[in-house]
Formats: sequence, structure tokens, C-alpha cells
Amino acid sequence: MSEIVISAVRDPLVLGEKTYHQITEDVCRPVEGKANKWWWASFITAFICMCWGISCLAYTIGNGIGSWGLNKTVGWAWDITNFVWWIGIGHAGTLISAILLLFRQRWRMSINRSAEAMTIFAVVCAGLFPVFHTGRPWLDYWMFPLPNQFGSLWVNFNSPLLWDVFAISTYFSVSLVFWYLGLIPDLATIRDRAVKPVSKFIYGTLSFGWKGTARDWSRYEEVSLVLAGVSTPLVLSVHTIVSMDFATSILPGWHTTIFPPYFVAGAIFSGFAMVLTLMLVARKVLGLEEYITIQHVESMNKVIILTGSIVGIAYITEFFIAWYSGNPYEGYTFINRAFGPYWWAYWSMMTCNVITPQLFWIKKIRTSVIATFIISIFVNIGMWFERFVIIVTSLHRDFLPSSWTMYHPTFIEMGIFIGTIGLFFTLFLIFARVFPVIALNELKTVLKATSDKSHKNLGHHE
Amino acid sequence: MSKKILIVFQDDHDILVGAKKLKEMGVKVSNVWSPFPIHGIDPVIGLPRTRMSMCAFLYGATGTTLALLMFWYMMIHDWHIDIGGKPSFALYKNLPAFIPVTFESTVLCAAHGMVITFLLRSKILPGVTASNPDPRTTDDRFIMQVIVKDSDNESAIVSAMKSSGAIEVR
Repeated sequence: MSEIVISAVRDPLVLGEKTYHQITEDVCRPVEGKANKWWWASFITAFICMCWGISCLAYTIGNGIGSWGLNKTVGWAWDITNFVWWIGIGHAGTLISAILLLFRQRWRMSINRSAEAMTIFAVVCAGLFPVFHTGRPWLDYWMFPLPNQFGSLWVNFNSPLLWDVFAISTYFSVSLVFWYLGLIPDLATIRDRAVKPVSKFIYGTLSFGWKGTARDWSRYEEVSLVLAGVSTPLVLSVHTIVSMDFATSILPGWHTTIFPPYFVAGAIFSGFAMVLTLMLVARKVLGLEEYITIQHVESMNKVIILTGSIVGIAYITEFFIAWYSGNPYEGYTFINRAFGPYWWAYWSMMTCNVITPQLFWIKKIRTSVIATFIISIFVNIGMWFERFVIIVTSLHRDFLPSSWTMYHPTFIEMGIFIGTIGLFFTLFLIFARVFPVIALNELKTVLKATSDKSHKNLGHHE
Repeated sequence: MSKKILIVFQDDHDILVGAKKLKEMGVKVSNVWSPFPIHGIDPVIGLPRTRMSMCAFLYGATGTTLALLMFWYMMIHDWHIDIGGKPSFALYKNLPAFIPVTFESTVLCAAHGMVITFLLRSKILPGVTASNPDPRTTDDRFIMQVIVKDSDNESAIVSAMKSSGAIEVR
């Protein structure tokens, strides 16, 4: 066995002198036990929101896109804002599970499973918006390269919107496979512990007959590593392509070469904020404070400082370039963003995304659960406004002043957005009851290197 | 005649020590079950390196080829359209616009091809009944299956395993 390296300068990631069996017990407890009233209360709330969203979607299908607040000038607004927001949130899961795996970051272990689940649910929510914005969702299969006899010409592979179709569907399916592959050994653990025949059968089916031989494990590890290797450029490509939906147009405010890195940083920024929002609640409700420790929270907050600063620099660079380019249309768009009728959206974005995350430079704030939770909510809101600002303020005053207008969302649009939030939390809450929220068998591999016990022995040798 | 015995450990380090001892004694380990990967056991029990990454490369290359073929057929050969004056008469001239989808197709085929190969090769499929010898191997037990031939000294093997931390032999 390769020597276990225990770092004396880092705090342990697993607290409370756990054994392998205790990890199994602690992680399986929420799955095997009964849901408490907090779970039911949140589930029912989320479910009601989801149902409201479904009825608004049904209304949209019946009455068309005219039921939204879009007009001739502002053809993209809430729907694409929500699409980009949800996709961005999804990016943190892949970052944690793939990029941090390649960088051998042990703190990813306790949070990767639920972050990956979050990715999948966020991509599901994101996908709904373009699907319904087409207006005739029953013809959406035209987006796939089908022969001309199906009613349309071949799809246009020169268009970034089509690149998006491929990027999002690849991202969704690869993330789903990556997540499920990681779940198989843990589902087998639940299967082998199950007492009731029904749950034995269900988890037996879900775990695909996993047996865990040395051969299986060596293949499994290599497959995970290669999946992480291909998912890393994949996740960067997805938001790059999303940004190209805007950047390849010639509209002032969208036609910007810094969009790809700026969008990717923003995606990771908002995704980590959502992971923190979910994890801080989950660790408390599921009693997993010894696995998702303050050290995990602090590490995620450091990622938020980094990506938040990148996003801040991007905002300032955009403004500078709008002036420096000498292009009057570009310049006007940015002055209009900050001081025009949507100034409140712009300054909400600046406050939430540029100022609040800088508070994490103070150690007391970034190690405080309550402060982190509040700031994570701020970042979630700020990142929604970022997309709204980019999309609506660039569109609402176009080249022809006679067509200048404002955009007002309708209740239907708001209902659909609230519905996706409901869908997201409904799926996440079901996940937290049915699947192990921590990659328990993966966590066992680092137990000897980074637990209270290992650090105690370390002190003993000195 | 030879018989199979199962040796149960409760620590990943102990089973590795045990496997090394068996290798010195010339006894064949036929299988190992564990709740998580035991790093370093593959060479000891004589498992060759897996070729999953090679599969991924081949599937990825297939994905790249298929995507390029698709662009050539749809956009150049079958029905080429002048879109904003972009070059549409030769694949290589239009290639920059095709790179994003080529990349996605490569990743799609590499990832799914590799995972499907893994599941088929390891027989991890819906409806398969698990064959681990003890339900605790997915929790905190590590089990080694050893083939004991008549020429081997079974009691010597058992005592060697006990001394390296085995808690049960059956």
C-alpha cells in the first residue's frame, strides 16, 4: 500500500473518531429512517411551487409565448435569464466532482455527491426554458439533426444556439452517468444493509448487482478518472458555448470577447453559492456536521472569493472597454445599464456579486455558518441579476429609438420561474431521502489520512 | 483436488499485508471483495492494469470522426446553404464553426462508450444479483478468496493470515 500521508498543517476533514462502519451508519441513517417534519414541510412547499409552475407552463402551451412579457424589442428576457442562471448553478457540481478530483482535493469527498445531484437537477430546470421558449415544444425534435423529410432543413451547425443543444445534452447525460456511477457502490451498501424485502429489491435493482471485487474497483477508479478528465473541458465548454449565444451576435453589450471566461467564472461563482445554500441546511437537517465541516465551508468560500473577484474584474473591464473602444453604441449601452431605467438591477448585481463576497477575506466571516448562508443567498440573487442585466438592458434600447421600450414580466413568467425552484427543491429533497447524500465508500478511502483519529496519532509521534 | 477458502479482514492495510504474505508463500488469491478500492493490491494479486482509458480514447476518436462525417454530409454535400456568407463549399473552410459540436460529440461518445464497456465487462447491469460472499463487504469487511491446493499447507496459510490480522477464516 502506498504510504498514507497525513498533513500536520491541515485540520482533519472527518471529525468525531469515525470507523468505516460508523460512516456507513451515519450516511445511511437519513435513507433508512423516517422523514422529520422539516423535511415534509419543505417538500410540500416545494411541491406546491412546482405545481404552480406546471400550471403556468400549461397556460403558456395553450396560449403561446404572448402570455409572457416579451415584446418586439425585448425578445429574450426572464426565460433566458433563468436558463443561464440554472445552467451556471449546475457548474459547481461538475467542478467539485471532476476538477477537484483531478487536483486531488480531499475536501471534495463529503460534498461531491450532493453537488453532482444539484448539477443534474439544475440542468433539468435550465432545459425547460429554451424548450418552452420555442413556442411549439412539440416540434422541439427539429433541434436534432434529422433528415429534411421531417419537415425542416438540416439544422445549422454554424449557429451557437445549435451548439448549445449539443453542449447541454452532452453535459446533462455525461453528468448523469458520472453521478450514477458514483452512486452504484453506495446503493449496494444500502442494499446489503436493507432488512425489508421491498427496499432490498429496489436497492438491489438500483445497484446493478455491484459486488466490489478488486477487478471492479480498479476499472471503476480508472473510469472515474477518465470521466473527470473529459468532464473538465466539457464543463468549461458548456458555459463558453452559452456565452457565445450572446458573444457571437453583433449587439452592443453582448458582442464581447471576454464573455467565455467571464461566464465560466460566474457560473462557478453562482454554483458554489447554491451548493453552500443547500449544504448548510442539509448538514444540519441530516446531522452530517462531522462530515461537512467548517473546513469544507471555508474552502468553498475561498473559491467564491476567487471567482467573485474574476466576475468583478470582468464587469469593470467591460465598462472600460466600452469607453476605450470609442464605439458610441457600446458606450451608450453601458451608461444606460448603470444609470438608465434599469439602474436598480445593475447596482443590485454589483452589490451582491462584487461587494458581498469580498467579506470572505475576513476569516471570522468565512468560517461562520450564518454569515456564509446569508452571503450565499446574496450571490444567488446577484447572479440572477447579472444575467437579467446582460440580457434585458442590452435589448430594451436598440439602434432605433422609436422602438425603445421597457420589459415587464407577467405572472405566468414569474410562476414558471418559481415552478423551477420548486422542481429543483422537490428533486433535491427526494434525493436526500432516497440516495446517500455523501459518497460514503469514497470517503472511507481518506479516513486514515484526514480524521480526528489520524491527527491524534500524528501528535503522538511528535 | 483444491478448495476455496474465504479470509475475512476488518482493515484495508491488514488485507494487503495478508495478500503479500500469500504471494511469498506462492498461494493464489482468486478474488478480493472490499467496500472501497484497496490501493496497491492489484499487482500483489496479479491483476493486470485495466484498459478502460484506452477504450475511452477509441470511443472518443470514433465520436470525432462521426461528427466530422455528419457535418460534411449535412452542411457540405447534401444541402449546403449560404448562411451569412460563411464558407459552405468545403468542410475544411467551414471547420472553425464546427469545432464546438465536434468536441461535444467526442466527449459524448468517449464517456458513454467507456461507461457502457465497463458495466458490460464487469457485469454490473440492472437485474444482476450481487455475488459478494458476505453483505458486510460493502460496509467494513475485506474478504479474500484463496484457492488451496492439496500440496499447500492449509494450516500454515490460516495461521499466517491470522497473524496478519484476519478475523475469520471459512
